[in-house]
Amino acid sequence: MATDLLTITDLHVSVDDKPILRGVNLRMQRGETHALMGPNGSGKSTLGLALMGHPKYVVTQGAIELNGVDLLAMEADARARAGIFMAFQRPVAIPGVKMADFLRHATTNVRFPDRKEGEQLIPMKDFRKELRAKMDHLRMDVEFARRYVNDGFSGGEMKRAEILQMAMLQPKFAILDETDSGLDADAVRLASESIAEIGRNNMGLLIITHHDKLLEHNPPDFTHVMLGGRIVETGGVELAAELYSQGYDRIRRTYPEAEAENRAMLDHDEPQLSAVERE
Amino acid sequence: MTTDLLTDPIGEINKYNFRTETTPVFRARKGLDANIVSQISEMKNEPEWMRDFRLRSLRIFESKPMPHWGGNIGIDFQDIYYYLKPTDGQSRTWDDVPQEIKDTFDKLGIPEAERKMLAGVKAQFESEVVYGSLKDELASKGVIFLDTDSAVRDHPDLVREYFSTIIPPEDNKFAALNSAVWSGGSFIYIPKGVKIEFPLQAYFRINAENMGQFERTLIIVDEGAEVHYVEGCTAPMYSSESLHSAVVEIVVKRGGRCRYTTIQNWANNIYNLVTKRAVAFRDATMEWVDGNLGSRLTMKYPAVYLREPGARGEILSIAFAGAGQHQDAGAKLVHCAPHTTGRIVSKSLSKNGGRSSYRGLVRVEKGAEHSKCNVVCDALILDPRSRSDTYPYIEICEQNVSVGHEASVSKIGEEQLFYLMSRGLTEPEASTMIVNGFIEPLVKELPMEYAVEMNRLIQLQMEGSVG
Repeated sequence: MATDLLTITDLHVSVDDKPILRGVNLRMQRGETHALMGPNGSGKSTLGLALMGHPKYVVTQGAIELNGVDLLAMEADARARAGIFMAFQRPVAIPGVKMADFLRHATTNVRFPDRKEGEQLIPMKDFRKELRAKMDHLRMDVEFARRYVNDGFSGGEMKRAEILQMAMLQPKFAILDETDSGLDADAVRLASESIAEIGRNNMGLLIITHHDKLLEHNPPDFTHVMLGGRIVETGGVELAAELYSQGYDRIRRTYPEAEAENRAMLDHDEPQLSAVERE
Repeated sequence: MTTDLLTDPIGEINKYNFRTETTPVFRARKGLDANIVSQISEMKNEPEWMRDFRLRSLRIFESKPMPHWGGNIGIDFQDIYYYLKPTDGQSRTWDDVPQEIKDTFDKLGIPEAERKMLAGVKAQFESEVVYGSLKDELASKGVIFLDTDSAVRDHPDLVREYFSTIIPPEDNKFAALNSAVWSGGSFIYIPKGVKIEFPLQAYFRINAENMGQFERTLIIVDEGAEVHYVEGCTAPMYSSESLHSAVVEIVVKRGGRCRYTTIQNWANNIYNLVTKRAVAFRDATMEWVDGNLGSRLTMKYPAVYLREPGARGEILSIAFAGAGQHQDAGAKLVHCAPHTTGRIVSKSLSKNGGRSSYRGLVRVEKGAEHSKCNVVCDALILDPRSRSDTYPYIEICEQNVSVGHEASVSKIGEEQLFYLMSRGLTEPEASTMIVNGFIEPLVKELPMEYAVEMNRLIQLQMEGSVG
């Protein structure tokens, strides 16, 4: 069976007419783990959101293809059904909508991409059984399924809820945007192990992270470093280790042009850029 | 008999939008004057006090100016039929209801609902209740569930003791209009200590064009008794306006409990101008649950007067304003005694240029110390063409009280839509899910069947008017 392939070619992305990504190239096969690292404001989250199809992230140039099919022509929901998933850094709350109802709807749509609106959802009994098993696995209380989506969740609950969604939706490619941030050591370990179990070998993982724990359980096949809206360097697992222990000084020195652009974006647009990164 | 399924001009096809060819046994001529009012009274064989009450109310109606607040009321009072009698007498079984009317209620699912879940049913078609039933065991306990006309005839003393004492004709122009031309509605008496587990339901259907429906409901819940009353309202779409102007009066005595649930889904050219008010005595609880969909203009502010210590009032409402609609809805809580508590939760949605307003009053009268009241009103605006307003009035004449008010107006968030879509939901599915979530705190207060219906109605509103 041919492996699924996600290709990003010369991707340029603007937010509110401000260029953020300036020509990103990336090629991922299903089953591979890629780490995406880089200092604040370098465009990591922007890449993820542009991949997922956030309407505010406007692609001005370049291409994103899944097995040769143009993803840019699709809205976010079609991309999800094509097999793309993103675990958000700060997922929004949807008050009044129960996790279980939301997940049943989402799971049905993703598993049956041709489902028309109003058609049957997957049977409640089967869905419950599967959801319960996956929640047990993530050490989530059953009560969690009755809570409103991300409403009043702690940081840890939010991240686990994102991982639960990944487990249910079984995407071909998953972008994990700092799924380990804001968690204590135990929670990071649990999240890392869960991601490894659910995603590793089975999905293409693009892991955006500052921590080493996540990568310890999910050693990357490739490590990419972003700076100033570009991937400036790609290496193996040793590059991730270097960046974790020594920071970005060498990168900044080696790529002064990208560093200048990164700095310019941060200096001149601090509030807006950080708002963008926060999303 | 023919029944046409109609498509309305806005393209919102729904199952309520059909009209039935019927031949009324009597129809008063169009327009309003003392002759018409006397004629209605005569048709009903009413006692003199009621005829006099009607005529006095007509004079009050004529003397009162149109309200200058709320919405634009574009009614030509002389272009309306005030009384239309669809059948001779009321049926005790569905089989006896004339076929075409029965078909109407069949389509609306009323007999089916009765079999499944109701303790009693009334079905009103135009001006008169055409069908009524009450479970035998409740009747034997002394529960009365009649149309108000029959109650005037069969229980004159009980009716006279309370009728128009909560909402006198002087209260407002439309209460006066209803008092002059009222017909039908429910009369309910729950004797001391009797608790009714399943709801009593009334269904109001306007079928004819230019028809005015003026039902009059009076509910008396005696000490320690409990009842849940549910009403549903629909009408087909016509090119000209119709008027629905009801008066609902409720008395909840010591330790009693009454919940009154309305799901109205009027056609988009009905003026729906309703006065609803309850008084709650010592340790009594009154709850209004009010779902307002449809209508051209709704002006409705269910009220609870908390008259004695320990009384409790709750008003929960949902309003959905679509294209060409104005929902001016809200609530009124008056604390007249110490240690009374109240809660108002209002959720409103506006879409496709619709306008929804929350208009509410909380008054704490002198002497009502240690009263507590909390108001939460949330509005969700679904597109930039739509509008939402909040008019909260708070009058406090006592020191030691606690009154809270929270209001929020939000737009369907791009981030929420994106989040749900990134999980495979289409944009319409995502919007509907956000809207259902928004009203969930109220929908969960409804009995299961009504909650399902409410969600379905909201879904129709969301689908039918994608713009």
